[in-house]
Amino acid sequence: MNSREAILANIRRSLSVTGREGPRRFEVEARLAAAPAGVVPQRGQGDIGVRSAIFRAEAERAQATVAEVESLSDVPAEAARYLRDSNCPATLRMGADARLAAMPWGETALEISDGPSDGDDLNAISFAFAAIAETGTLALASGADNPTTLNFLPENQIVVVAREEIEADYEKVFGKLRRVYGKGGTPRTLNFITGPSRSADIEQTLLLGAHGPRRLHIVIAG
Amino acid sequence: MTAIATTAEFKENAHEALHDARLQRALVHARNFTGRRAAAAARLPEFEALRDSARAIKDHTLAHLDLYLEAYERKVVEAGGHVHYAQDATEALKIILDLCRARGAKSVTKGKSMISEEIGLNEALEAAGIEAVETDLGEYIIQLRGESPSHIIAPAIHVTKEDVVEDFRRVHRQLPPDRDLSQPEQILAEARGILRQKFRAADVGITGANFLVVETGTSIIVTNEGNGDLTQILPKTHIVVASLEKIVPTLEDTAQILRVLARSATGQDASVYTTLSTGPARPGDPDGPDAYHVVILDNGRSNMLGGEFQDMLRCIRCGACMNHCPVYHAVGGHAYGWVYPGPMGAVLTPSLIGVAEAGQLPNASTFCGRCEAVCPVRIPLPNMMRHWREREFERRLSPAPLRYGLGFWRFFAKRPALYRLATDLFSRAMGLAGRSKGRFSRAPFASGWTKYRDLAAPEGATFQSQWRARSGAVK
Repeated sequence: MNSREAILANIRRSLSVTGREGPRRFEVEARLAAAPAGVVPQRGQGDIGVRSAIFRAEAERAQATVAEVESLSDVPAEAARYLRDSNCPATLRMGADARLAAMPWGETALEISDGPSDGDDLNAISFAFAAIAETGTLALASGADNPTTLNFLPENQIVVVAREEIEADYEKVFGKLRRVYGKGGTPRTLNFITGPSRSADIEQTLLLGAHGPRRLHIVIAG
Repeated sequence: MTAIATTAEFKENAHEALHDARLQRALVHARNFTGRRAAAAARLPEFEALRDSARAIKDHTLAHLDLYLEAYERKVVEAGGHVHYAQDATEALKIILDLCRARGAKSVTKGKSMISEEIGLNEALEAAGIEAVETDLGEYIIQLRGESPSHIIAPAIHVTKEDVVEDFRRVHRQLPPDRDLSQPEQILAEARGILRQKFRAADVGITGANFLVVETGTSIIVTNEGNGDLTQILPKTHIVVASLEKIVPTLEDTAQILRVLARSATGQDASVYTTLSTGPARPGDPDGPDAYHVVILDNGRSNMLGGEFQDMLRCIRCGACMNHCPVYHAVGGHAYGWVYPGPMGAVLTPSLIGVAEAGQLPNASTFCGRCEAVCPVRIPLPNMMRHWREREFERRLSPAPLRYGLGFWRFFAKRPALYRLATDLFSRAMGLAGRSKGRFSRAPFASGWTKYRDLAAPEGATFQSQWRARSGAVK
């Protein structure tokens, strides 16, 4: 008997089951198929105005900064302003996201580079898969559009959120995940990000910028 | 090759810890967690209902663990990943070392993982000539010091800032010796710079998992620093090592537990990074590993199912029990002598390494009940410690004076009339003897008490006789 079978056999012996019981199998399959929601907090629920206000407040509570712009075409100017005001160099790396590509970057003085980060970039911008009002959290999906390295290697991370994609809770984002990737499907990496990187490992003192970005700037567009 | 235990010396360890002034200074910070957790819980009206929900999900999963494991494995394979099963630490180490060797790995980065501590992974990698680099700041600090974690979520909580500066100066010889490290920010920046090079050089990244999601074949890590993410996206191979009770059926179930995890642990509403990883990078992905392996460790856990310690397998490793434990606050984590300290360690450790070795740990409790009161999945920790004490007693593992003392007490307790007579006589005698001062500064068999404070002399009848007199009066 190999280890896999030995472990499964021991689990079944301990639970006094055989693994072939119809009702047990049915219960497992039903739960996986239905993925029932449990207790979903009230916080974050409401129309888009309420959701974006709560999202903003919660993200700021987690030490992110937030700006709101009228439309996607206003994002480059806001990104340039943010980097200038934060005394950051006028460079920006991004993936192949069509919505980012369509923005008027030529109207800014920013030097734009493409593709994943090799660790030398100071600034990066990504487009969020969705956002979650409940905890001020961003959801970012891996792929050529928004490479995962951009979420962790640069010092300053800018993330664009389309206002109508701010959801109330995690469960709504899981619903969207199933619509986009199919039931049971996911991107290779899905990052839920709440504020900039931090550590409290030195005498419980909270310090920002441990291994990931020191700053997280969120631009809500629309 | 499980991590070496000194649990049998708990009493000596604790005694040393209590007299370690430096440790006592560091441990003050461990008390900060309680207020943060309380504030986070108070901010979420549904918190108590979520605890019930999290407990129910864990119970359901454990009752169907064989079926969920099989379904999880199918999904991982479907996504292009591999699942390996290890019955014990030796098997887990062999699997991981073989994977590293197959990749010709010289350097491995590691995200924070208690399971890797449990199997002694760093030592095994080093013995095989592979550099193992802990990347969580706290884990990195204790690795430099040659220590083990003293807390499951704040591994270096026993270390002071001055200790860290000393260690960095000792190890980071490539940096100017006169550099300024007076501010915590400077210490962090130095670690970030050093570890950034290690991240880029690593051939294999090893992380633990907070959850293994059956529905999608996903492993999830929850962190604040981002080190776990750099560990699992930069190297060519990502290895996840997790124990089998990390299985959770669906993404929705995961969200239930996530909502109580960070709040119970650090008092955050959400940790900074909650990352879902599924299989290797997909075609067209510009980053991410090209191989993804999950090593599922049993190491005694399947024996806990169906028995009186099954509830312990609900544990989500938040650390709330130790953050609220007066014993942990007093002696710190190392005194417990193995991987898992505090109340959860006192219950889990005897299950994993045996009551003969770890029988002292369940005695390291005042039974104040705070651990159970804050446990996000409502594990009855004090009750389970009591079970272990009973087993220790039954197996005659407890010290002789304790066994005889308990036997002596039992003799009287089973004979109420004799008990009343004896206590009545005893309290009268004590009252008489202590009549002049009303207290004793010394008493036989009670020097542990009288060394630090006086023992009050009884002033009259026993509780039982007073109770009888009063209830008689009411009638």
